[in-house]
Amino acid sequence: MGMQQAKVDKATLAAYWGENKRLTAITLLIWACVSFGAVFFVETLNAVVIFGFPLGYFMGAQGALIVFVLLIFNYSRAMNLVDRKYNLHEEE
Amino acid sequence: MAKQRSNAFLDNLGRVYGMYTGVFIAFVILLGIAEKMGLPPRTIGYVFLAVTIGVYALIGIVSRTAKISEYYVAGRSVPSVFNGMATGSDWMSAATFIGMGGTIYVMGYDGLAYIMGWTGGYVLLAVFLGPYLRKFGQYTIPDFLGARYGGNIPRLIGVIAAITASFTYLIAQVTGVGIITSRVLGIDFTVGVFVGLAGILVCSLLGGMKAVTWTQVAQYLILIIAYLTPVTVMSYKHTGVPVSELMYGQILQKIDAREKQIIADPAEAAVREKWAEQAGALGEKLKDPATPAAEKAKLAAAQQSAVAASKPIKPYLQPFARTDRKNMLALTFCLMVGTAGLPHILMRYYTVPSVKDARSSVGWSLFFISLLYFTAPAYAAFARWEVLSTLIGSRIAELPAWTTHWAQVGLLAIKDMNMDGILQLGELTFGADAIVLATPEIAGLPYVISGLVAAGGLAAALSTADGLLLTISNALSHDLYYKVLDPSASIMRRLTISRVMLVVTATIAAWVATYKITIIVELVAWAFSIAAASFFPALVLGVWDKRANKAGAIAGMTLGFCVTLFYMIGSRFYGLDWWGIKTVSSGIFGIPAGFLTIFVVSRLTAAPSQELQEFVESVRYPRGAVGTSDLDD
Repeated sequence: MGMQQAKVDKATLAAYWGENKRLTAITLLIWACVSFGAVFFVETLNAVVIFGFPLGYFMGAQGALIVFVLLIFNYSRAMNLVDRKYNLHEEE
Repeated sequence: MAKQRSNAFLDNLGRVYGMYTGVFIAFVILLGIAEKMGLPPRTIGYVFLAVTIGVYALIGIVSRTAKISEYYVAGRSVPSVFNGMATGSDWMSAATFIGMGGTIYVMGYDGLAYIMGWTGGYVLLAVFLGPYLRKFGQYTIPDFLGARYGGNIPRLIGVIAAITASFTYLIAQVTGVGIITSRVLGIDFTVGVFVGLAGILVCSLLGGMKAVTWTQVAQYLILIIAYLTPVTVMSYKHTGVPVSELMYGQILQKIDAREKQIIADPAEAAVREKWAEQAGALGEKLKDPATPAAEKAKLAAAQQSAVAASKPIKPYLQPFARTDRKNMLALTFCLMVGTAGLPHILMRYYTVPSVKDARSSVGWSLFFISLLYFTAPAYAAFARWEVLSTLIGSRIAELPAWTTHWAQVGLLAIKDMNMDGILQLGELTFGADAIVLATPEIAGLPYVISGLVAAGGLAAALSTADGLLLTISNALSHDLYYKVLDPSASIMRRLTISRVMLVVTATIAAWVATYKITIIVELVAWAFSIAAASFFPALVLGVWDKRANKAGAIAGMTLGFCVTLFYMIGSRFYGLDWWGIKTVSSGIFGIPAGFLTIFVVSRLTAAPSQELQEFVESVRYPRGAVGTSDLDD
């Protein structure tokens, strides 16, 4: 343990962190739309009924959950790629 | 980073837990056959609880350890998927298992704030905290606060917040254990609490986090099987397709149509009028000075429920029938942030081998949690349909047998207000806690399934209690004793202190639980808001704002905590009202207060040292070790 890496230069780190911020922002935007957005516009969404489910109700009960799970796995996959791009991934 | 070690158990996790699941299902089927051959229900209950607690104890004993890193973080060797399962059962408590379906049954659309809130928090956890805490790689959440902001004060505030939030939550779990064991075994509540206590301790005492992790995986498997079985049968019974999550849409439409009939029914209006009369009469009696004070609390409660029953019926699918848009948004937000701020959940991301695993593990956690949350609205819909279609409009003397059973335990009440011998919706109260527990009986399933559900509820309560107990005892033994009071303590001594704290905390929690405090549900909601307002801002800015410093963190955590507490107590007891926000969403004020204070105070005071800034940078990417690391594993 405690093997100190050669310092990562500032420019690489800033670019890496910038990409992370962008990904985080997109993730949170979708996160807010499917939860808060769906609550806010629930009456409008409820006009659409699929398979018996009013869409607004479905988003709160199940739709948001599905999107959340996909969002996290997508973020995880994308960040792993960004790690490799900047050579900041963990040593295997 | 974990040392690469070959371990027969870790290499074969899938096979081990696969076999375990198979054996468990076989065990349930065997008990079912035994029931057919005449095994009495009480015995089935005993066998279920004894066998499952026995299995947890066995895992706890097999996983005993004397290594610090195994005791605190399971040797950082838990694969992503299995940490996800463990987090799932760590997260899903007795309240979720028993109460979630019922909350939606009672609140309709508005209850979905809990579904979104308690799952959406994992997105925050995934992008703001999980991977960075893993990179930091120590043992507790106060560890991070101590290292990031420097000095003992941020750590101590962390200890206080961790203990406050976890302890209130722990009492609710222990109470849940007491209720389930006493109901299934027919023993006294207090005895039930202490039986449960033994079950909790035997898992964590010898093996710490390592034992708790592997027990939680086992508990997850039992609780999810138990949760999905009854409602799947129910779905098959009503729709012919055993996938409740897809099929309850049809049921929602039927509920809506039936409710329209019921709302138009003049008999319902007559019942509501009777309730209004009764509420008026009770109000008179309350005002009467001759009424003894001791009786008044009871009368006030009866009057409140009479007033509620006199209000017109609100359709199940109608949004904001029981709260308003603003409060639903606020509650969803507070639950999300609270989820991402609870130390017993955050701590789980220390146990995976790498940052990469931490990222995907948050996804697995939410996946396994969603299997249950996804199904809760279906439970609510099927139960509601059953009530509306078979109970309402039937002759009270001819109601199905299960109604009498749940009336006996006080979770279902029928009062023929208009004396017509027929049940109106306004005459029925169905307790939220009964929905999931009663579904096996409503669906006409054998008793063995009721036993299974009880075992599932017990697994949910025990697994959460274990995680909370460990968080508290670690905060006391690691953060308070080792890091602050006696940094030279030997490993042996640290482990001993930790185990003593475990027993002491568990005993205090059980002792408090025996008092059956009625305000417990509110306490849990408060614990969430407290975690959200005190931990979340300091942790997030610790990673995301390099300029955040010690003064800012101390001020922000304190203010977030105080603002939240002030609004909670003010709005609950003294009629305080800011923009009509309800007491459960108190965090909505504390969270921004915390963020803002850390941001502003940090900028008004000196920047953190160069060393601390480099530490923050090193936490941000996966490669290498963190700056000020003093790892000892």
